[in-house]
Amino acid sequence: MNKTLLIIQREYLTRVKNKRFLLTTLLTPILIVLLIGGSTYLSIKGKDEQKIAIVDENGFFKNNIKSTQEIKFEFPEGIDTSNYLTKGYTAIILIPKFEGTGKANYIFRSQKSISIMTEDRIADRINAAIEDNMLQMAGISKIQLDSIHQQSQFAELKAVEESGGTAKESNAALSYGIGFGSGMLIYITMFIYGAMVMRGVMEEKTNRIAEVMVSSVKPFQLMLGKIIGIGAVGLTQFLMWIILIVGLSTAAQAFIPADVMDQVKTLQQSNGQMPGGGMMQAGDAAQQIYKVQHTISTANWPMIIGLFIFYFLGGYLFYAALFAAVGSVVNEDPQDAQSLMLPITMPIIFSFIIMSNAVQDPSTPIAVWSSIIPFSSPMVMMARVAYGVPGTVPYWQLAASMVSLIGGFVFTTWLSGKIYRTGILMYGKKVSWKEMGKWAFRKS
Amino acid sequence: MSKILELSNLKKYYATQKAVDDISFSIEKGSIFGLLGPNGAGKTTLLRMITGIFYPDSGHLQFDGQTFDPINDIVKIGYMPEERGLYKKMKIGEQALYLAQLKGLGKAEAMEKIKFWFKRLEMESWWNKKVEDLSKGMSQKLQFVITVLHEPKLIILDEPFSGLDPLNANLIKDEIYGLSQRGCTIIFSTHRMEQVEEICDHIVLVNLGQKILDGTVADIKQQFKENKFGIRLGEMPSNISSPAFELADQKANALTVKINQGYKSNDVLQYFLQQNLTIEAFNEILPSLNEIFIQQVEGTKATTRAFQPITN
Repeated sequence: MNKTLLIIQREYLTRVKNKRFLLTTLLTPILIVLLIGGSTYLSIKGKDEQKIAIVDENGFFKNNIKSTQEIKFEFPEGIDTSNYLTKGYTAIILIPKFEGTGKANYIFRSQKSISIMTEDRIADRINAAIEDNMLQMAGISKIQLDSIHQQSQFAELKAVEESGGTAKESNAALSYGIGFGSGMLIYITMFIYGAMVMRGVMEEKTNRIAEVMVSSVKPFQLMLGKIIGIGAVGLTQFLMWIILIVGLSTAAQAFIPADVMDQVKTLQQSNGQMPGGGMMQAGDAAQQIYKVQHTISTANWPMIIGLFIFYFLGGYLFYAALFAAVGSVVNEDPQDAQSLMLPITMPIIFSFIIMSNAVQDPSTPIAVWSSIIPFSSPMVMMARVAYGVPGTVPYWQLAASMVSLIGGFVFTTWLSGKIYRTGILMYGKKVSWKEMGKWAFRKS
Repeated sequence: MSKILELSNLKKYYATQKAVDDISFSIEKGSIFGLLGPNGAGKTTLLRMITGIFYPDSGHLQFDGQTFDPINDIVKIGYMPEERGLYKKMKIGEQALYLAQLKGLGKAEAMEKIKFWFKRLEMESWWNKKVEDLSKGMSQKLQFVITVLHEPKLIILDEPFSGLDPLNANLIKDEIYGLSQRGCTIIFSTHRMEQVEEICDHIVLVNLGQKILDGTVADIKQQFKENKFGIRLGEMPSNISSPAFELADQKANALTVKINQGYKSNDVLQYFLQQNLTIEAFNEILPSLNEIFIQQVEGTKATTRAFQPITN
């Protein structure tokens, strides 16, 4: 068997067989799903119900304010701030005499502090009630007002992205999420796997394994084997995550009640419109699920996953080689590694900053150029492609970025190979960047 | 007998010193060869050139009759470096298998050889242990097995006995003899001169990057002998004086004499016989390799070898 393959196999298997790998790989998506599921569950079920007493001097709130299951308004007699708790209310609102113009302070008292969301909702209800009252005073009857409320539908912005002849629905929030998420993931994995390569090289050097190894294989094979082996570990981890996330979210759907799922299906078939107009309104939950599913389906997932894997691998190979070079020149002292790592970590952190800007505005010149230069392209390009190819990112930019990344990692691997070859057998001496440069560019 | 390795005018200069400065020697096939020298003499650099890790700046290496080709010849060489290099967290069996496969053995063949050697050196129970569980001597044995596993034509052992108890050292020593008899050539690098004297056929002493001695152990001893003889007498005479020799040392009735130029050992015997003294023992005293080593290296500032920029 080819020796590089043997090395790849060992690097891969020793890590994948490790219990810690299995644990983190399995636990991470479970943790994510639990986190999302848990917070969704809490937001549905665990919403604290507010039963609010209103002391109103104006008298028009009683007819105009809207009560819901979560926030219930009541207008009991003889209530004040001293006895609302004993009468079973969670809070009390004191509404002063409404003067018609200007803002007034509504005093909200409760024992527990309320969330910003609840506070906003209560303020909205009160404002709506005042608005309704003003409209009635202006001559619109209560019946007219009610029918307007029932029929009016709020406009929803449906962004459509033009690409050639076809128009495609797009969603800025989703693009942002995908762009930032994948950029972030590449950023984290670059550090995790880059450091893994560096530690591996340091282990081989300090344990003098390198000396045994280089008497049977070329140093370059050893370095390449390690880089590819660990890269394969990263890829395995991603694939397992994708499978687990898809599997778990499918399993999670089983917990949604059947009638809600039916409504979701109807919504899917009818493209968001419920048949029969207002007669058969879909439930809140079904609307929500449909919205999430629909939004997710607007992204070009095969392209994004494909590009993610490409940029993860490209970025990893680009930086892993440099990490390997650093690992090969440091001795036992981890502090040496820290200071030598700085020139590698700086561009990674810098690209992260560019990425977090590019994800908000993907077409600035700095975003465009840094998505082509291989130092930063893995992160920045992922932030940009989420906004659409070829709409936001023209094909030529994508091609230039990919070619320069491939060229980039071939170059860093070649460069690091030369540093590694000398560094891995050098003991005792602290090596400076200048010396590493000399090793890298001298003729063998 | 043909040569396994011929070095001619090998040079390797680093930025601050001449690590190997024009060294030539050759090694017979099937011999046990000792490469000696003080710390920093250039031994490791020399060994790394022989193992193809470093390329010489100039000079020529001939391996088994042909120009040394590091890529293809490397599998015919087994190198055991002075400091042990093993993956601490890897199981011993897997590790041996991995390193053997890297030396070009097929999986089945490697497995068979590992089983053979593990059985031979009583290491079978180690298979699923990790290297970090082994003592220094045990990992030494493992490293030895890994080095010789693929029965390379040339085996290079750097301080193979350090950390081994006498029993295990003898076990390894016997294996070294066995390998040599089966046609393997062994290069043995050490500072322990008594081991060299015992094991090696041929030695080369390097110092300051240059070769200063080259020959068989017996020849070198002959070369450095100081014509000293030890005599034990039955009774001590009051006065010893002869033109044939000078008294170098005296302990009770054991004398060490140094024969003067132009005289032979028989002249010494004759003198004592004429004195009518009982001679209980008479033997030639050859210098030990240790003495030769110290004599050759001392005063060359080898121990404090200074770093100097190379000017030429």
